[in-house]
Amino acid sequence: MIAYILRRVLYAVPIALSVSLVCFMLVHIAPGDPIAAIVPPNTPPEVVAHIRQEYGLDRPLPVQFGMWLGQVMQGNLGTSIATGRPVWSDLSVAIHNTLVLALAASLIGFLFGCLLGGVAGAFRGSWIDRGSAGVAAVGISIPNYWLGMGLVIVFSVMLNWLPAMGAGADGATGWDRDHLLHIILPAVTLSIIPMGITARTVRGMVIEVLGQDFITLLRGKGMRRFGVFWHVAKNTAPNALAVMGLQLGYLMGGSILVETVFSWPGTGLLLNNAIFQRDIPVLQGTILVLSMFFVTLNLLVDLAQALLDPRVSRR
Amino acid sequence: MSQNSAVEAGLAVVTRAEPAAVPGYWAGVQRRLWRDKTTMLCGTILLAMALAIAFAGAIAPHDPYHGSILHRLKPIGTPHFPLGTDELGRDMLTRLLYGGRLSWFLGITPVAVATVIGASLGVTAGFAGGMLNTAIMRMTDVFYAFPSVLLAVAISGALGAGVFNAILSLTIVFIPPVIRVAESVTTGVRNLDYVESARASGAGTGRIVYVQVLPNVLGPIFVYSTSLVGVSMIVAAGLSFLGLGTTPPLAEWGLMLNTLRPAIYLQPMVTVLPGFCIFLTSFCFNMVSDGLRAAMDVRR
Repeated sequence: MIAYILRRVLYAVPIALSVSLVCFMLVHIAPGDPIAAIVPPNTPPEVVAHIRQEYGLDRPLPVQFGMWLGQVMQGNLGTSIATGRPVWSDLSVAIHNTLVLALAASLIGFLFGCLLGGVAGAFRGSWIDRGSAGVAAVGISIPNYWLGMGLVIVFSVMLNWLPAMGAGADGATGWDRDHLLHIILPAVTLSIIPMGITARTVRGMVIEVLGQDFITLLRGKGMRRFGVFWHVAKNTAPNALAVMGLQLGYLMGGSILVETVFSWPGTGLLLNNAIFQRDIPVLQGTILVLSMFFVTLNLLVDLAQALLDPRVSRR
Repeated sequence: MSQNSAVEAGLAVVTRAEPAAVPGYWAGVQRRLWRDKTTMLCGTILLAMALAIAFAGAIAPHDPYHGSILHRLKPIGTPHFPLGTDELGRDMLTRLLYGGRLSWFLGITPVAVATVIGASLGVTAGFAGGMLNTAIMRMTDVFYAFPSVLLAVAISGALGAGVFNAILSLTIVFIPPVIRVAESVTTGVRNLDYVESARASGAGTGRIVYVQVLPNVLGPIFVYSTSLVGVSMIVAAGLSFLGLGTTPPLAEWGLMLNTLRPAIYLQPMVTVLPGFCIFLTSFCFNMVSDGLRAAMDVRR
């Protein structure tokens, strides 16, 4: 087990390095001179050259990458071109807001996905199974930014029940009624994809577990339905949790469209603004932090799975 | 987005290889497809949409770029404007038809390009094995470390708006999953007896790849790629929705959805139309892909 954990952690190191390399390269695939974005157009060339030297942009790329990585390791993600503030100051607030939204959406998606998939797997071939397969298929085919607009039309414009914009006063900071009302629509919108995927996975797992010999044995011993259900749940849980953990990562990175629809003050909105202002340091920092979060989450999911199900580490 | 589910589903198909050209295999596939009502229905819808957008010039009642302030945001069912008008008074039906061209192009091209590149790399990795396999597959792992939507947004965000940049970024996003599937099927086929016997009978590497391997791996790779089209449609339109793909005044479903967004309080039914087109296309592609998978899966 310890060998597995070590191996898995060591494996994450080159991945994390390569991910930061890709993020570093983002600045260099962006058209235009990065200096041109921060100085006025009529700056004398010698000043531009000086600034270039100051930023280390005249050095070879590998050296620049090393310098940049050193800064990132110390928590310095650079300075926003648009606001002049450190990238991290805006990013930390946005990450918090996105995390709150993604956690809420994962929770909703996980609960309903397990319910849908579990029932479908237990009553395989029934109308419940077909219905839930339909819901799952729609769930993964629906553009969530469109679903968000639809929910706004129904619940905000027509019924006037829920707010359509923002996260409430000061962002997603509180648990009072106002903040909870603000999170419902974006969280439900965002939960549709993980719900569909969890439902599919859980259905497959339940069918597989129900077909195993020990279930026949338990039934043969006269165990009641609920007892059998408990055994099925225990065997399905590690995989379902793994899927959910990964989904949380996808939601953190994939919430940009839904956040834009609901003007949710998270990383999606930050990215969106960065794209429009061509604020590459903010774009780079946000992508880096989100993908590092994803890498870490992948690692944690693998480790948790190995702890819950010792068979994983022996593969 | 739901690309990871598609990846999982794809890996499920590829655990075993199709038998080589058994007489009647394709006839069986055709028969199973023909019986599959859902797939046939979704396929028909897709065909109808493809024809409608291909002949948009002949069907569309108006000019897609010509608007009139007098006819802004008319509701569905207005005389002369069966699906209403948009925020600049342009006919929605016309723009949806023309918009389909770009949306389909943006959705399908990246998958097609990624399939060619990913399949070449994946088959190479799977067939060669060893160092080459390790090199290609570790490269793939790096791109798996990004959530797919984030990677697409990052690349096209850095490159800037534009159809070409959007296609480029989506292609980069879809190459790694295709490589994984192609590698996995090829590895499965490589160790089968008929490849071994071909090698024993003196066939060269090129010949084995061409005669024994390719015919047996292209089917699963193709089925997997069709499952990516649905995702690609959604993400491509999503990029335009963010202002990263197509730029105004071009007609494209994602962009139309974005520019109509402020009008949800005035004409909610008109504003949801482009999104419905994206959903319908994506849903039908997903269903057809599932149908193809089931029909080509010999085990069933």
